[in-house]
Amino acid sequence: MLNASLKQLSAMLAASKISSVELTGEFLKRSRALNPAYNAFITLDEETSLAQAQAADTLIASGRGQSLTGIPIAQKDIFCTKGWLTSCGSKMLSNFISPYDAHVIGRFNAAGAVNIGKTNMDEFAMGSSNETSFYGPVKNPWDTAAVPGGSSGGSACAVAARMAPAATGTDTGGSIRQPAALCGISGLKPTYGLVSRYGMIAFASSLDQAGPMAKSAEDLALMLNVMAGFDARDSTSLEREPEDYARDLEKPLEGLRIGLPREYFVKEIDEDVARAVEAAIGQYRKLGAKTVEVSLPNTKLSVPVYYVLAPAEASSNLSRFDGVRYGYRAPDYLDINDMYRKTRAQGFGAEVKRRILIGTYVLSHGYYDAYYIQAQKLRRLMAQDFAEAFKQCDIIMGPTSPTVAFNLGERSSDPVQMYLSDAYTIAVNLAGLPAMSIPVGFGHKNRPVGLHIIGNYFSEAQMLNVAHQYQLASDWHTRMPKE
Amino acid sequence: MQWETVIGLEVHAQLSTESKIFSGASTAFGAAPNAEACAVDLALPGVLPVLNRGAVERAIRFGLAVGAKINSPSIFARKNYFYPDLPKGYQISQYELPVVEGGHIQLQIVQDGKEQEKTVRLVRAHLEEDAGKSLHEDFHGMSGIDLNRAGTPLLEIVSEPDMRSSAEAVVYAKILHSLVRWIGICDGNMQEGSFRCDANVSVRPQGSDKLGTRCEIKNLNSFRFLEKAIDYEARRQIEILEDGGAIQQQTRLFDPEKGETRAMRSKEDAQDYRYFPDPDLLPLEISGSWIEEVKKALPELPQQMRNRFEHDYGLSMYDALALTADRDNSEYYEAVAEKLPFDPKLCANWVMGEVSAYLNNEGKSFDFCPLSPAQLAQLLLRIKDGTISGKIAKDVFRQMWAQVSAESISWKNRKGVDENLADRIIESQGLKQISDSNALEKLVQEVLTANPKSVEEFKAGKEKAFNALVGQVMKAAKGKANPAQVNEILRKKLTE
Repeated sequence: MLNASLKQLSAMLAASKISSVELTGEFLKRSRALNPAYNAFITLDEETSLAQAQAADTLIASGRGQSLTGIPIAQKDIFCTKGWLTSCGSKMLSNFISPYDAHVIGRFNAAGAVNIGKTNMDEFAMGSSNETSFYGPVKNPWDTAAVPGGSSGGSACAVAARMAPAATGTDTGGSIRQPAALCGISGLKPTYGLVSRYGMIAFASSLDQAGPMAKSAEDLALMLNVMAGFDARDSTSLEREPEDYARDLEKPLEGLRIGLPREYFVKEIDEDVARAVEAAIGQYRKLGAKTVEVSLPNTKLSVPVYYVLAPAEASSNLSRFDGVRYGYRAPDYLDINDMYRKTRAQGFGAEVKRRILIGTYVLSHGYYDAYYIQAQKLRRLMAQDFAEAFKQCDIIMGPTSPTVAFNLGERSSDPVQMYLSDAYTIAVNLAGLPAMSIPVGFGHKNRPVGLHIIGNYFSEAQMLNVAHQYQLASDWHTRMPKE
Repeated sequence: MQWETVIGLEVHAQLSTESKIFSGASTAFGAAPNAEACAVDLALPGVLPVLNRGAVERAIRFGLAVGAKINSPSIFARKNYFYPDLPKGYQISQYELPVVEGGHIQLQIVQDGKEQEKTVRLVRAHLEEDAGKSLHEDFHGMSGIDLNRAGTPLLEIVSEPDMRSSAEAVVYAKILHSLVRWIGICDGNMQEGSFRCDANVSVRPQGSDKLGTRCEIKNLNSFRFLEKAIDYEARRQIEILEDGGAIQQQTRLFDPEKGETRAMRSKEDAQDYRYFPDPDLLPLEISGSWIEEVKKALPELPQQMRNRFEHDYGLSMYDALALTADRDNSEYYEAVAEKLPFDPKLCANWVMGEVSAYLNNEGKSFDFCPLSPAQLAQLLLRIKDGTISGKIAKDVFRQMWAQVSAESISWKNRKGVDENLADRIIESQGLKQISDSNALEKLVQEVLTANPKSVEEFKAGKEKAFNALVGQVMKAAKGKANPAQVNEILRKKLTE
């Protein structure tokens, strides 16, 4: 059951082989048992989860169950969830019980899914190792000395350790794909605007996008079917005909043109990662795909551009955390300015403060043109690079991360080194493209390696097809870490 | 030295939408604190703004009414600063590309009996959200925050520094105030803060074409304060300059009790607002067809109507201005004048005189005037045809007013109105003017007989005595004698 796909679980529930209460109970029991070691969840609330499971059982019994009804899903603690602590991994919101549901949460509720708990994350989604969480770091279930990646590290760990069948994540610069890669699971960042950001605590509004994290591409498709769709409450949400993201899963890959960016296969990649990725690409050739070399000449600029734009937006987005209306407030202060200073000094961690400082600086009078405007121009160039590349290929592949999971503490004192872990994923967010990571083997110290699959705008169904066909021919996605 | 005052105004007009500019919460005034602040207004984590189409439509209306350019796209930007009643830590406003650019307002200035025209150019008008309110009383050692007003849509209308006196600034503000109500984008309620002015004031030697250093006086919420604040500020600056000092660029506040402005902050502590385009809102695109639609729905503008009143009705600029103070007023006037096309001036006098005074007294608008234009028109017709004198008409008017009940619907929608009310009162009380010469001659003769002293005085050259005799005749006629005829007969008899 731990390794069952969402489709299989749904069939079991429909056939009354198991009830949602039993299923949820099993995963809750496992989560409770493993969480002290992995720290994947910030909140587990058996009572609420089981009540939802009970309601799901009623729905299923009355024949009104949908594809995810009764299935426990772990929710990243960035999504506002009515009646649940929604901390965003920060001391600042360590007392914030949300009075409303994010759009994504509402979608899962409407589908009759069960919320099994809120997953740990880097504080305000700022981090690539899950070490910036106020609730402590998450451990990589393949090797507890290693980080799970970030910022959706809790979700990646929960799925990898089979504490939940699937989870949600958010991706601003790689926060779904990099932890998926480091934990050996599948993760998808959709096209910007496909999933509503309403109720998802903002880090960098023009880059943030929610997406699913699961064992397989097939599971991701079912998750995305629930998550995607227009929402009038988000002005950047796209009005499109609903689609079934699982519709093309079974298509053969004959004739698929895979673009391999020259700039992705360079000496910065660890050899073990390169080997696994090349083996996966070899597998694709066997499946009938062709590879072509493409070029994304501005790749090296993605990290500096990102670290201007994302902090700029973040510095403004995080201004609302001022201790006035909700969240943490410093206990002692002299006046309003002192209250702001102390609240924000005490409530935010070091990485969040660093990004607020960078963002405030680049938006300041006299620097705005040199940094923010310049970065916006380069951002457009990067999108053009992809547009050029997609003239020659259907899909782009490369490593998700240049290395396997690094050790806890290894990079936490070196922010630049940490930022480089997202070198391959960031450009995708800047361009607003969809991309995913799937497990393609193991490298150094038996730590997982992820394959980065980048599609053109709105090509989610095709990307899922590409990933699914590989997973039919491999079993990396079914591997489970030892407890 | 002669000094010239240079003034530019920034007006914040609250747009009359039912809901806020970026949320669905109500904009109604006077609710319990924070009762009208929804998740978006409170800036809860994760909420997002969605632009209110009605606010944009009103901005377009304004742009068209002042002959401005409607920008498409225009961009919403974040103005970042910390303040307890600014929930997001930034205000969503427009910075580099406002929705309305340029335009102008035509001023009619009546000063010392002279009528002049003047054009004030507009720089821009942009959409933005209002902040909440901080309440410093009632909370011991703490401040209360009321976010009902947070997110209320505002149109900030910025003029060029084209005004040269506080009087001109007040005329500009009044015309703008009338215009925004006229085109239905703002209720203009200044007590409730729906229309607030900031004045940029500087002075320079007469004849100079260089602008002096300016000070901005914030939040003037009445025309009187606007005038006083500018006068005070100009005097203050002139005194400093005449004493050999220099003006410091400052933001100042007006203290209505002392009639003074005082410094709030100087340019040195001006904040860096770190404006940047709001990534939560897409650039605002306004299609040509939308602009056309709005244009079609625009009413005749006050400026056009003023010109028409002057040309077609032969009214003075003063009258035309007064009658176009708001749409209710002009519509009422036109309805009366339509029934009495041969004397629009008489109609104007009555609408601006009696009707306006009675309405003011009862705090009513022209729309809800208990007397319909048709009822008034009949009364005026009776003056014109000599049935009653103007003086008696005032009495009839008073009685008409007393007889109609208070109305809660506009005169435009009333049914079963008694259009012969004036005639019935004149008839039933026998107020018809005596124009019968025989009857009048008899009356005059009686008065002359009874007042020999006055007759003698008149004959001795005292013109005053004539007036006294007229008064006596009118008294004897209970006011109903035709005054012109009485004059004529009396003079004839006295000089016989």
